[in-house]
Amino acid sequence: MMIYLPIAEVSVNAFLLLGLGGMVGVLSGMFGVGGGFLMTPLLFFIGIPPAVAVATEANQIVASSFSGVLAHLRRKTVDLKMGTVLLVGGLVGAALGVGVFNYLKSLGQVDLLVKLCYVVFLGIIGGMMFFESLNAIRNTRSGKPLARKKHNWVHGLPFKMRFRTSGLYISVIPPLIVGVLVGILAAIMGVGGGFIMVPAMIYILGMPTKVVVGTSLFQIIFVTAFTTLLHATTNYTVDMVLAVLLLVGGVIGAQFGAVLGARLKAEQLRILLAMMVLGVCGKLALDLLLQPTELFSIGTAGDH
Amino acid sequence: MRWLLLLLLALLTAPLRAEEVVLGLSQDQVSISTNFDGSEIIIYGAIKRETPIPESDPLQVIVTVSGPLVPVTVRRKDRRFGIWINVDAVDVDAAPSFYAVATSAPWDEVITNTEDLRHTVSIPRAIRSVGAPMGVDEPQAFTDAVIRIRSNNGLYALKEGAVELRESTLFNTSIRMPANLTEGDYATRIILTRGGEVVSVYETGIDVRKVGLERWLFNLSREQPLLYGLLSLTIAIAAGWGASAAFRLMRSG
Repeated sequence: MMIYLPIAEVSVNAFLLLGLGGMVGVLSGMFGVGGGFLMTPLLFFIGIPPAVAVATEANQIVASSFSGVLAHLRRKTVDLKMGTVLLVGGLVGAALGVGVFNYLKSLGQVDLLVKLCYVVFLGIIGGMMFFESLNAIRNTRSGKPLARKKHNWVHGLPFKMRFRTSGLYISVIPPLIVGVLVGILAAIMGVGGGFIMVPAMIYILGMPTKVVVGTSLFQIIFVTAFTTLLHATTNYTVDMVLAVLLLVGGVIGAQFGAVLGARLKAEQLRILLAMMVLGVCGKLALDLLLQPTELFSIGTAGDH
Repeated sequence: MRWLLLLLLALLTAPLRAEEVVLGLSQDQVSISTNFDGSEIIIYGAIKRETPIPESDPLQVIVTVSGPLVPVTVRRKDRRFGIWINVDAVDVDAAPSFYAVATSAPWDEVITNTEDLRHTVSIPRAIRSVGAPMGVDEPQAFTDAVIRIRSNNGLYALKEGAVELRESTLFNTSIRMPANLTEGDYATRIILTRGGEVVSVYETGIDVRKVGLERWLFNLSREQPLLYGLLSLTIAIAAGWGASAAFRLMRSG
């Protein structure tokens, strides 16, 4: 069934959009990532104009994250206090990021920078997670105790705060910085930022994996809602029909994902996410390295 | 004396203009609704003349349908430091968002190059490009790229021999409009030629408009962007909550 999208001004198959939404929704619920880093390139691929894809994706992430966070709240795996601290940093970062984005746009080559950002960050994070989880699984198999670093430089900073749900007593400075950095990257790359946030929470803040997912989703809701409003009022690129189709699939998928995630072991969950992140990274790197079949592209006038 | 000369001239040229188009369209309005899946417009008509059919070259018919003209930026990728990045950009001043040409015979037989240039009939002529910036080699390649990309998307089409012409009097053709159509007034021209020279041009328009929900959402997003954004968020939150509640009911029940 073909459906015409009023803002994107293209006609696409409704079931294809529902399916994509569902698939990304499962990942969202499972890993606590918004799924934007997967969905945005997929939307480009089916012919949605990039500006509309990025803005609408932000709106869809609000829905799937909200659905996901409710499932996590019931299982009490959301650290609201930590989420709020990260959110404060995130909003500041997002505002900064939009500024950086517009500056890069005025210089040109913003597409390339976004893609390079993706390749570099996905590559580093995916690689780190993959080898770390592999080691963890090997250690568990061979019966060695899990060496979780309890104390690193993060624990020596002032303004300490108790995060009961995470079982942490650390300074608020690292979460704030993580929030700001993720906010900047999220705005530049046009995603919720979960795929950077999740590893940052695990490896820098030392939060338990089970809490990380829900907390990340909680923070993502607000950052993406902010981004949606920004896009709707400045660029008029949020397509409500596209968003509804994606989120109907997405919210259902997120519920299944949360259940699936709860059944998997933390290490397995991490290695799966790592493999997916590396896959997307590889695909984007290939796009940059291989000669494209069409060297030319048409854009709207004035945005270079 | 001068008046007389003008009158004489007018009388002499009159037979050339004596062939006119009487046109019919299967629809002069295309409504883009939610389930819009492209549209096929039948263009048909007759040629009205007060004199007998001239014995010279046979009459040919060209039908063009053009979407609104909009400026575009065309970029070219090249390999730098091992990766493919955009290196050149050329602004094309006006390219139609949609352009279809149908003719009653092979292109070379229906119109000369001079007449094509004068009336901007063929696809390359319909794209207006004032000039590439300094330092860009082969600026023509950029215009060609617009034609190639849009032809692949079904937005540009040249159909030679797609106009059916009977007894040099009745003609009909159909123009296929794809689903990825933009709004606007689509200028439609019927051009009559003889021996490659344009004899008569008839112009009309096809109105392409969004209707119903599409129209309402589009207007809301432009006129009340904050309200539109908040509505999008409300729908998102409601859907998220709804799915969560439904899923819980399903699992408990």
